[in-house]
Amino acid sequence: MLRFVVRRLLQLVPTLLGLSVLLFLWVHALPGGPEYSLLGEDATTEQREQLRQSLGLNDPIWIQYGRFMGKLLQLDFGTSLATGQPVMTEFLNRFPATAELAVTAMLIATVVGIPLGYFAARYRGRLIDTSAVAGSLIGICIPVFFLGFIFKVVFAQHLGILPSAFRQTAGLDATHPTGFFVLDGLLTGEFDAAWDAFLHLVLPGLTLASIPLAIITRMTRASVLEVLGEDYVRTAESKGLQQRVVRGRHILRNAMLPVVTAMGLLTGSLFAGAVLTESVFAFQGMGSFVYQATQTRDYPVLMGFIMLIAVIYVLVNLLVDISYSLFDPRVRVR
Amino acid sequence: MRTKRSHAMRGLAVLAAAGVLATACASERDSSSGEELNETKPFVFAAPGDARSLDPFYATDGETFRVTRQIYNTLLKHESGGSEIVGDLASSWEQNDEGTVWTFDLEQDVTFHDGEKFNAEAVCANYDHWFNLKGDFQDSNVSYYWQKIFGGFAENENDDLPPANYKSCTAEEEFKAVIEVDKYSANLPGGFSMAAFGIMSPKVLAAQADSEVTGEPGAFEFPAYSQDPAAVAGTGPYRAVGWDKASQEIKLERFDEFWGEAAGIKTIIIKTISDENARKQALEAGDIHGYDLVAPADVAPLQEAGFQVPERGVFNVLYLAYQQEGNEALEDLAVRQALSHAVDRQRIVDTILPEGSEVATQFMPDTLTGWSPDVTEYEYDPEKAKDMLADAGVADLEIDFCYPTEVTRPYMPAPRDIFDIIKADLEAAGVTINEEALPWGDYIPKTDSGGCSLYLLGWTGDFNEAYNFLGTWFGHYDSGWGFRNDDIFDGLDAVANEPDPAKRETMYQELNVEIMDFLPGLPISHSPPSIAFSADVNPPTVSPLTQEDFSEATWK
Repeated sequence: MLRFVVRRLLQLVPTLLGLSVLLFLWVHALPGGPEYSLLGEDATTEQREQLRQSLGLNDPIWIQYGRFMGKLLQLDFGTSLATGQPVMTEFLNRFPATAELAVTAMLIATVVGIPLGYFAARYRGRLIDTSAVAGSLIGICIPVFFLGFIFKVVFAQHLGILPSAFRQTAGLDATHPTGFFVLDGLLTGEFDAAWDAFLHLVLPGLTLASIPLAIITRMTRASVLEVLGEDYVRTAESKGLQQRVVRGRHILRNAMLPVVTAMGLLTGSLFAGAVLTESVFAFQGMGSFVYQATQTRDYPVLMGFIMLIAVIYVLVNLLVDISYSLFDPRVRVR
Repeated sequence: MRTKRSHAMRGLAVLAAAGVLATACASERDSSSGEELNETKPFVFAAPGDARSLDPFYATDGETFRVTRQIYNTLLKHESGGSEIVGDLASSWEQNDEGTVWTFDLEQDVTFHDGEKFNAEAVCANYDHWFNLKGDFQDSNVSYYWQKIFGGFAENENDDLPPANYKSCTAEEEFKAVIEVDKYSANLPGGFSMAAFGIMSPKVLAAQADSEVTGEPGAFEFPAYSQDPAAVAGTGPYRAVGWDKASQEIKLERFDEFWGEAAGIKTIIIKTISDENARKQALEAGDIHGYDLVAPADVAPLQEAGFQVPERGVFNVLYLAYQQEGNEALEDLAVRQALSHAVDRQRIVDTILPEGSEVATQFMPDTLTGWSPDVTEYEYDPEKAKDMLADAGVADLEIDFCYPTEVTRPYMPAPRDIFDIIKADLEAAGVTINEEALPWGDYIPKTDSGGCSLYLLGWTGDFNEAYNFLGTWFGHYDSGWGFRNDDIFDGLDAVANEPDPAKRETMYQELNVEIMDFLPGLPISHSPPSIAFSADVNPPTVSPLTQEDFSEATWK
């Protein structure tokens, strides 16, 4: 197992190296440049040229790449052109918010999606199945920003039971030792702050969960349907095993492999998906920060974010591969 | 298993109980009187972007100045709700005939947030500190406004820097400061009102004398103290007490020893919500109590729903530029005149722009000294436009027209809608339009380099001086406009060096006539960027320069 993990971690190196080259070329192929967002619309051509010079943007591309990689190896993503702060500091400040939101969304998607998919398959053709299939189609089809907008109109504006923006009520005095606001409230005994942060997570969490929830529901349903037709399930049922055992040990466990694979891919995409959700809910995480960076051509932030997402993708999928062995002992043997 | 479940249930119960309690407390607070609320309920304002520094000197952006304007005072400022320059820390001021010696009589009994006393030496400590900056502080990204107003430094370390137009600051008396410059500049006295020149406590300046700008050239990290609320001290009605960057939240608290009228609301929170629609929904949901840059389409619905959208004065201009080098037909004045007659600017003002907008007759609003009533006006007349194009031999004119996407500007709240009207008008006059939509990041470079024959752009003034508008575009050759007109260039150079305000007014008026005869572009509108507040607040007086003073706000 250890060799497997080490091998997979080593594969990370060429993956990230290749990505860094592509990313660097892509970002520098974009028209315009940071000098326009930095200097505003009234700057002269000379001022812009002077800034390009000082930023080293006129150097040959390989020299710029070498400079970029040299810093990257020291985990230095440079300085945000928009805020003047190190990109790493900005990310560390905002990562807990995005992680908290992504975990919430994944929890919602998993806790709701797997049982829903299971029962949809188990009661195929019945109301629960039709509803689950239709609901998941809607979940995939509705754009995140529109769903967020509708949630806010209904739950924040009309019903007034949930907040429409931020991670906690503005001005609330709360201590944040970890940056994970709900956890912080529970750890410090500031339960009102924890509740407040929890309420602020509900709408963005549901919004971000909509697509993974739909995918997990549909995958679980399809996978369970396939397993239900297997001989070993019929055998288990015919020999009188308890439903709970048949469901847990024979159906779900075998049906989970493709679902877990999808969950791995979805977890990475949740971080990328947070870009829109966070902007819609003014949820101050990496996503909203990166959204602003795209508007201002903040190259260091964009490149740092994409590299970070790549690392998260690879690591989460490594965990998924490891988790296979829990569901299927044959993977462990190999 | 049972134990785990009961723990989880207990946790949920605690959270729920806390929620009920918090809701109850909120209801109790809401029933309090305005005066009580001023002390207990924070006023939450949503800004479109983050502030960058708590020392305004390093900043160039309105979001930083929105915050620092509450913390610092400047020598001069714009009157509340207007664009006239009035005294701030200076109770009065005068200039010599040459406009090179500026004498300021200062307010007395002013105290900095750190307890230091304000006097003329404090003023000079600030101005001399800025003048003597060295190293990376001389980069235009760190000292942009100093360079724009006063040129270079005591010892320029870069050949590209202009010579300094600053000689000295002298504390003639305890409360009389004299600032001398080498030659008159049209940027004065407006420059003394710029938020970037907020007066910092000399104690802070001394403590931070060794502070450094770090990071890469062009992408500097400002000195650490400028990011720390505890490290800065101004003389304003509020002092900074918190800056949670992760939550994009700045907390200001009333300064009880403020020398002027005490702030109404004790605590102000400025939060960032970059998405325009999210700001509106947050106001409607009660998460915030005010926000800036309201979309024009949202103004009426917000007002109908009981929200306050006070009308700002206008201090900007939106224009349609005619780039003369990209399409040779535009070199012909008759063609430019024809296009100007083809555009129904009143329709843009009536259907797209917010209440209070007006058609522009020249490249500056009428609130500025030097605005001329005698400029040539180009009334909407599509038939005349057609005839003029035919007479000019370009009845089948084909032209590139660019507009920006994914952006709203204070002077241009709905670029696509404005573009659509102008495009339809020009097509009605027989012009074939090749439209090009560009994201803002690409739009500015393309228009700036002369890549678009027609394009939409505008400007919001920094201070009340016509040069801040006209000089921005027409002081010299600019590839964005693509023309060389020495009469205009020389005229602006002359007015920039004329210390007599009366003469300047006449010169500006003549220049406005000349510019509108030459017609480098078509000024379209002056429009007030909208700002909205909840119904339960007495909002601050709104400013045409978007310089609201939050200390004026109170709860009803």
